[in-house]
Amino acid sequence: MIKRLFSYMRQYKKYAILAIICIAAESVFELIVPLIMADLVDIGVASGNRQYIYIKGIQMVFCALLALVLGTGSARFSALAGQGLGANLRQAEYEKMQKYSFSNIDHFRVSSLVTRLTSDVTNIQNTVSSGMRPFCRGPVMLIAATGVAFSINATLALVFAVALPVLAGLLFAITMKVRPLYTRMQGAIDTVNRIIQENLIAIRVVKAYVRGEYEISKFEEGNENLKTQSEQAFRLAALNMPAMQFVMYGTILSILWFGGGLVQIGNMQVGELTGFLSYVLQILNSLMMISNVFLMMTRSVASGTRIMEVIDEKIEITDEKARDIQVQQGDVAFEHVWFKYKKEAEEYVLSDLSLHIKAGQTVGIVGQTGAAKTTMIQLIPRLYQAEKGCVRVDGRRVEEYPMERLRDAIAIVLQNNTLFSGSLLSNLRWGKEDASMEEVEKVCHIACVDEFLDRLPQRYDTEMGQGGVNVSGGQKQRICIARALLKNPRILILDDSTSAVDTATEGKIRHRMAEALPHMTKIIIAQRISSVCHADQIFVLHEGKINGVGTHEELLKSNQIYRQIYESQKEGAEL
Amino acid sequence: MAKYVGYKRPKNTKKTLKYLFRYLGLHKWMFLLVALLVFISTGANITGTYLLKPVINHFILPGDKSGLLKAVGAMGVMYLCGALATLSYNQLMIKSSQKVIREIRTDLFTHIQKLPLRYFDAHTHGELMSRFTNDVDTVQEAMNNSFAMIIQSFMMLFGTVFMMMVLSIRLSIIVIGFLLLMFVFIKFNGKRSRKYFQRQQEELGKINGFVEEMAAGLKVEKVFNREKKNFEMFCQMNESLRKESSNALTFAGMMVPTIVSLSYVNYAVSACVGGLFALSGLLDIGSLAAYLIYVRQSAMPLNQFTQQVNFLLSALSGAERIFEMMEEEPEEDEGKVILCNVRRDGGKLQECSTYTGDFAWKISDPQGERLIPLKGDVQFHKVVFGYVPEKNILNQISLYAKPGEKIAFVGSTGAGKTTIINLINRFYEIAAGSITYDGIDIRDIRKDDLRRSLSLVIQETHLFTGTIADNIRYGRLNATDQEIREAARTANADSFIRRLPQGYDTMLYGDGSNLSQGQRQLLAIARAAVSKSPVLILDEATSSVDTRTERLIEKGMDAIMEGRTVFVIAHRLSTVRNAKAIMVLEKGEIIERGSHEELLEQRGRYYQLYTGQFELE
Repeated sequence: MIKRLFSYMRQYKKYAILAIICIAAESVFELIVPLIMADLVDIGVASGNRQYIYIKGIQMVFCALLALVLGTGSARFSALAGQGLGANLRQAEYEKMQKYSFSNIDHFRVSSLVTRLTSDVTNIQNTVSSGMRPFCRGPVMLIAATGVAFSINATLALVFAVALPVLAGLLFAITMKVRPLYTRMQGAIDTVNRIIQENLIAIRVVKAYVRGEYEISKFEEGNENLKTQSEQAFRLAALNMPAMQFVMYGTILSILWFGGGLVQIGNMQVGELTGFLSYVLQILNSLMMISNVFLMMTRSVASGTRIMEVIDEKIEITDEKARDIQVQQGDVAFEHVWFKYKKEAEEYVLSDLSLHIKAGQTVGIVGQTGAAKTTMIQLIPRLYQAEKGCVRVDGRRVEEYPMERLRDAIAIVLQNNTLFSGSLLSNLRWGKEDASMEEVEKVCHIACVDEFLDRLPQRYDTEMGQGGVNVSGGQKQRICIARALLKNPRILILDDSTSAVDTATEGKIRHRMAEALPHMTKIIIAQRISSVCHADQIFVLHEGKINGVGTHEELLKSNQIYRQIYESQKEGAEL
Repeated sequence: MAKYVGYKRPKNTKKTLKYLFRYLGLHKWMFLLVALLVFISTGANITGTYLLKPVINHFILPGDKSGLLKAVGAMGVMYLCGALATLSYNQLMIKSSQKVIREIRTDLFTHIQKLPLRYFDAHTHGELMSRFTNDVDTVQEAMNNSFAMIIQSFMMLFGTVFMMMVLSIRLSIIVIGFLLLMFVFIKFNGKRSRKYFQRQQEELGKINGFVEEMAAGLKVEKVFNREKKNFEMFCQMNESLRKESSNALTFAGMMVPTIVSLSYVNYAVSACVGGLFALSGLLDIGSLAAYLIYVRQSAMPLNQFTQQVNFLLSALSGAERIFEMMEEEPEEDEGKVILCNVRRDGGKLQECSTYTGDFAWKISDPQGERLIPLKGDVQFHKVVFGYVPEKNILNQISLYAKPGEKIAFVGSTGAGKTTIINLINRFYEIAAGSITYDGIDIRDIRKDDLRRSLSLVIQETHLFTGTIADNIRYGRLNATDQEIREAARTANADSFIRRLPQGYDTMLYGDGSNLSQGQRQLLAIARAAVSKSPVLILDEATSSVDTRTERLIEKGMDAIMEGRTVFVIAHRLSTVRNAKAIMVLEKGEIIERGSHEELLEQRGRYYQLYTGQFELE
């Protein structure tokens, strides 16, 4: 896992290496400076050589300056490496997310995708940037100090042979045990946050049903669990410090005792004993540092896993069968299509569906909620993939078209329309990047956007999206239609996208489209019979099957569902 | 390891501390105990180092084996106490801080439940969420670590400086000078890196906003083949975030190495001057060696101390924001009238504890207890209301709903339809006029009971994580499985639910995002149906449901709402056509009222709407 994460460092790897070099070199000074110092006192002061004292003093200052340069370098390089890794991870995630097909998008919730791209990455990059130093210093100090300690007195250094494995074992055990606890704690945090978020979103429902107490008890349960989990995790992690102290103090005492013995029998100098002690502390400290980094890493492993889930998600729809072809006409056919959203679902959403729409036709699709109207049309631009049977455009299977070409030729106005932050014009130009003003005005006229344009504060430059003017539902739908028309597609699909537009305006849009874009295949899903009754062909969908096909008049005679829908709106249609 | 945050300074430390102490309550003594234990632990550490020299001088050098044993034994006891103290203060601290944090979280959540909708309108979810996440986290972190570390590092610093002064006052002037220099540097660097962190925060905000918007609009992006263009935009933002955050972390990361180098210089200067002192006999060599060890030790506690103080400050400002939220005024609720189930005993109302389907208002006032049958007679008398004081949405509006009728509101967006519902529910308080419910001013009715008497299906359907059955049961927590199925059938949701992989036990996640808009609406209606409240409010409840299904739902709902008051708001006129009275709202005023036929005859605005001559916006 960690290795995989680090493989994303790529072009910033050199900074990581530089950082490691700087840190390692800097740690060496940590060891050299006391040596110079010892010389200064033992030789310089003892022999009364002022010259020598000055030289050693200057040497130390020189070391300090070098350490400063290396330290600054290590800070800079660690930051570059960590933040670079973060940037690469974010980019990889975003790139992957853009390849997602609709079913992949359904798999992750939007909020969860956002966390995985933001705070999870931040977590990792900061762990790397700030963990680099202790992580590299630890081993260097450990090895160097052990070496020095052994060179001072190999017999006494045997104390390490006991102390080191004990401490390492303790720290390792703590880290290993804490890891699953952190994972559970993260789970508890997620639950609590989810409850809070749901309550914020649905506060009206909670208040309307007077469920405050109920929600509080639900929260209490999650909160209590979070408390228990985090207490366990933190308490175990906090054992690090006392464990370290026990071993460290034990080692100091043993060295005093055994070292005292060695000094007495003359196998060791007192100065060596003092020096030895300071290296011992150095070594144990570095072990502590290493274990701290491991604890920190444990916490970010959870983030890493979540990031990798995004990157590892298997893309459902790919271009592997694509050939170099383009949509020419806009003829659509379904041949015995079966589809369900999840493999494990028992029933098919679409079962054995066949139909044919000729190029240039206007087609209506009606049916009740859950009849799979939206599902059906989403198979045409390959937003989802049919499980059995095939969908053909211009007689060719949709899989044979490169996705980009296919979707360029098909414009679809989704039920869940989204406008993005930016001006009205920039939103419209999603349809065509380099559209001229003339083209824009033309589609705005067709979609009747021009009717309310003058009422917007800055016409085409009016800010849409969250920070902007709120356009009404009907206006938004018209903008979305204009945006789709700007693509100048072969096939236009409107998924219930005039529901908030009044019937008179809707009629106008219909006429203008028929006039200006006669060769475009138009597929219209609608609740209102009046939106589809003029179509060349109307399909009645019922529970994922075609229930009836024909013109308005034919269906009125032959199709019961169509008649019922018509009846339920009759008075409106008559007037 | 240090977590780098853009420190925000607390504004009113005293008040925040007062609040915090109230939370600590019994834990206050625990904190004192912790402080004492930290004192012991740090004391053992410092004294241990101090004792090394005498032990070597007095026992090892003369070869006093039994003396050494005693000394080592004494040090062992002291060290043991120190380590045990460390162990206990760590555990104690975590135990009490987790308790306190849990209490804070619960209180915050409980308080949120009591806040008026106005508050939620004025604050984004992200903002409120960050009280629970970021702010609570910093407080927790500070309690878990900073508190003990501050005491510890302060003691270390103080103790070391004190020891140095004991060894040589003159030499310690140098060290103190250097420590001051370091302190100034830490301050300066902190200020500089704060600036960069702010920039990083801005960039982070930008990219988060972008990702959020694009993740939400991912499907639209696919449909328009916008991937490349958006990817370019993303990469640009990502790159500038990388630059800014690299800068910020460079400055933050420079802190420790710089302090270390400064301490080397300090070390060198002290050693030279100390050496010269020793040469001129002002200091003995043993003291010099010990002194230099302390010099080495003095830099890190200073760094730790300042860092932890910064953490503590940002925790305090987090706590301040938390307590500010807790001080927000809760919803007003001075009503005394309560809702109760009643039985009719020969024309006389009798209160009873079980569900009878018959409700009454219980008024307790000086004249004694009275029961008024709940009829659903809602009246507005010259009501004035606006979400913001300067802009009235409703102007002197008066309306009445006869009990047992189905009443519909139509009108454009912003005409005030939903507002009327919000006021009946007392989600908002009216500025002038009055609203009565069965002749009682709604302000006299206890809010919970008022709301319990109305089941509301609102425009945006919100579902909770849990099974489908759980979500329907939200309407009435003690509903049986049988009742839930019935409600689902009434809402025409049964057939689609049964086709889901696990039927009624299918889990819903993230606001039911795995269902279509229409299906979610059906569930919301089932939720209202199961609640069996005497009055039903449907606010655009079937806007994404096809007209045929809508008709079926209407039939089912009419059956259960027989003789009860129903309010319907809809854009689609076919939804409201069967209402007894239809009210056409425009700019906060009722311009037409009547049945479908009557209104068509009037040839007014309703007629225009109906014939498609006029668009609702």
